[in-house]
Amino acid sequence: MNKETFHYDNRTVKWFAYATMLWSLVGMLVGLLAAFQLVFPALNFDLAQTTFGRIRPVHTNAIIFAFVGNGIFMGVYYSLQRLCKARMFSDMLSKIHFWGWQLIIVLAAVSLLAGYTTGKEYAELEWPIDILITLIWVVFGWNMFGTILKRRERHLYVAIWFYIATFVTVAVLHLVNSVELPYSWFKSYSWYAGMQDALVQWWYGHNAVAFFLTTPYLGLMYYFMPKAAERPVYSYRLSIIHFWALIFLYIWAGPHHLLYTSLPDWAQSLGVVFSVMLIAPSWGGMINGLLTLRGVWDKVREDVVLKFMVVAVTAYGMATFEGPMLSFKNINAIAHFTDWIVAHVHVGALGWNGFLTFGILYWLIPRIFKTDLYSKSMANTHFWLGTLGILLYAVPMYWAGWTQSLMWKEFTDDGTLKYQFLETVVQLRPFYLLRSIGGTLYFIGAILMVYNLIKTIRSGQAVNDEAAEAAPLSDEYVPHHKEHWHRWVERKPVQLLVLSLVVILIGGAVEFIPSFLIKSNVPTISSVKPYTPLELQGRDIYIREGCYTCHSQMVRPFRSETARYGEYSKAGEFVYDHPFQWGSKRTGPDLAREGTQKLRKPNAWHFNHMYEPTSISPGSIMPRYPWLFENDLDIDITEAKIKAMQTLGVPYEKGYEKIANQDLMKQAEEIVADLKKENIKAMPQKEIIALIAYLQRLGTDISAEPINTQK
Amino acid sequence: MILLIGFSLALAVFFLIMFVRAGRQGQFRDTYTPSVRILFDDDDDAEASK
Repeated sequence: MNKETFHYDNRTVKWFAYATMLWSLVGMLVGLLAAFQLVFPALNFDLAQTTFGRIRPVHTNAIIFAFVGNGIFMGVYYSLQRLCKARMFSDMLSKIHFWGWQLIIVLAAVSLLAGYTTGKEYAELEWPIDILITLIWVVFGWNMFGTILKRRERHLYVAIWFYIATFVTVAVLHLVNSVELPYSWFKSYSWYAGMQDALVQWWYGHNAVAFFLTTPYLGLMYYFMPKAAERPVYSYRLSIIHFWALIFLYIWAGPHHLLYTSLPDWAQSLGVVFSVMLIAPSWGGMINGLLTLRGVWDKVREDVVLKFMVVAVTAYGMATFEGPMLSFKNINAIAHFTDWIVAHVHVGALGWNGFLTFGILYWLIPRIFKTDLYSKSMANTHFWLGTLGILLYAVPMYWAGWTQSLMWKEFTDDGTLKYQFLETVVQLRPFYLLRSIGGTLYFIGAILMVYNLIKTIRSGQAVNDEAAEAAPLSDEYVPHHKEHWHRWVERKPVQLLVLSLVVILIGGAVEFIPSFLIKSNVPTISSVKPYTPLELQGRDIYIREGCYTCHSQMVRPFRSETARYGEYSKAGEFVYDHPFQWGSKRTGPDLAREGTQKLRKPNAWHFNHMYEPTSISPGSIMPRYPWLFENDLDIDITEAKIKAMQTLGVPYEKGYEKIANQDLMKQAEEIVADLKKENIKAMPQKEIIALIAYLQRLGTDISAEPINTQK
Repeated sequence: MILLIGFSLALAVFFLIMFVRAGRQGQFRDTYTPSVRILFDDDDDAEASK
């Protein structure tokens, strides 16, 4: 058979590697800032752009989509070409993919810092960026499937299956969760409301972990680990079985993020069952990775690449053991809303994603540049700093999680709560400091890596187009006479797959969207009314400032929570919430009942507290929000907001959008008049007034009168 | 919620079709040599192994 000569495209791989290195440092640095802000609130700098509520989404998005995202593309572009024995389908698409993704990252960082956010975790980016992500993702898929189609190797190695599943599922998740109604050039409201929004969001959120942080990285593990160990994977059969099992189970696990919330019980149980089952394929993958090293453990002692990979796969095993455990309702009751979850995700991110990426970089850069690693001992130092950093990060966070949870739940002998919420916050500060030190060690390690790799790159010469040769695939099919159109589809597996997906999605959409929009299975509560225009504006400020990163709005049905916050939350209370703001972490107290008698504070309390939290709550780590006292509320946009809400089914009267600002000013004047009684001079047009209105509204709908639940 | 179940099922069915198609094409007939073959493909020392 005639061999064809062709060239692998290393240039794109190289670019993605550079981007991975750059964004790893940026993402970690922002994370460090966030960590230290929780110990020293002064580090919020009293600036809107540098306050925790905006910094934290920048950190999570940077790590997931910039650092890990570029890491995925680096590994996929390198391994896919070799596994398919073909150059990437199109250099132009590769270029568009690379620069488009970097553009998304920059736009994301700028817009999040500027306060443009949807308020949905890991999906914070606003609608123009959502569209751009869709386009670039299609370019990635086009390039990948193009390469697969012109491959010279018939068998699709298991890593490619992982890449395909990643592409398909992320596309569906992103499209479904990002359905939103724009009301201005940069802002939108989630199409879904309340409980449904929460379900869609965590279906997305969990699968972002599954199909962005896990499946592509498993694909990379199956390529780079055998390569680095120069041993075939322990069991190829197991890799295939665990691939299919994993992707079938993962999409159902999302509701475990919403245990004991207002989500219907059956949906919670569904999430629990599938989450627990996930341990089998997850550990199948971990065991397969570790046993690949059977017989070469002596190499692990020598080879820093393998060291990183071993810790990565071990961390994967620990995180995927912990995941199913946390999905049990009784364990979740303790762990949810605490730092335990923060520890859990960082074992995954620092251990699994971080260390696997570092291992791949140390293996790949010298190969592309045809040289040796600049310093092995520096890489070893990185390894130990990183490992120590992970431990110093995770252990204090586990401790903090248990401590806080137990303090929340502790009652005195006469049946009252033993601790104020603030006492639990003060208790955790030493742990937050330790965590920050752990993160610093990890970050220093990463700096060493980047320095080491830059030195390596300088000492070598990039092979941008690497020659290779392989025999082409034999033609499978010789057409007879006129053929049926369907034969074309059958001959091309990818066309078939894409078409069947389209068919299924259209079928699903036609069948389900109407029922979804017309009849929701949320029991309505007659006393729940839409937000007033001022409250709606205040709510959007709450979202803009990222309050949800520290405050939940979901009282779970436990005695310790109803005693602290009041009546537990009902699904019907959230029907006008676009987006939902249930939150996932209680660094500060829950706010679902903030406006009710039990928790209600005077307007002046909120006014002073937002200006200087420690003046009212000594020891508080909440940032100051001085700009809310200077900025004028944008009331020109009120009309567009009310209109958008009407479109989404919120029952404002017809034509109300035209007169909404009258009500808004009236309510603002009332708050100002009330503040005046406390000798506080405030102007009604300032943003703080809207925020106070929103906070005072929280939870009041069902406390005013006995609950009247109608089906 | 029904929408999500729909999309999740659609994905599952899609993956099922992929699985069956791949099985029919014989992708899983050989469950050993692919893992070895990837080790000998492209590196500069690949010539030596050929």
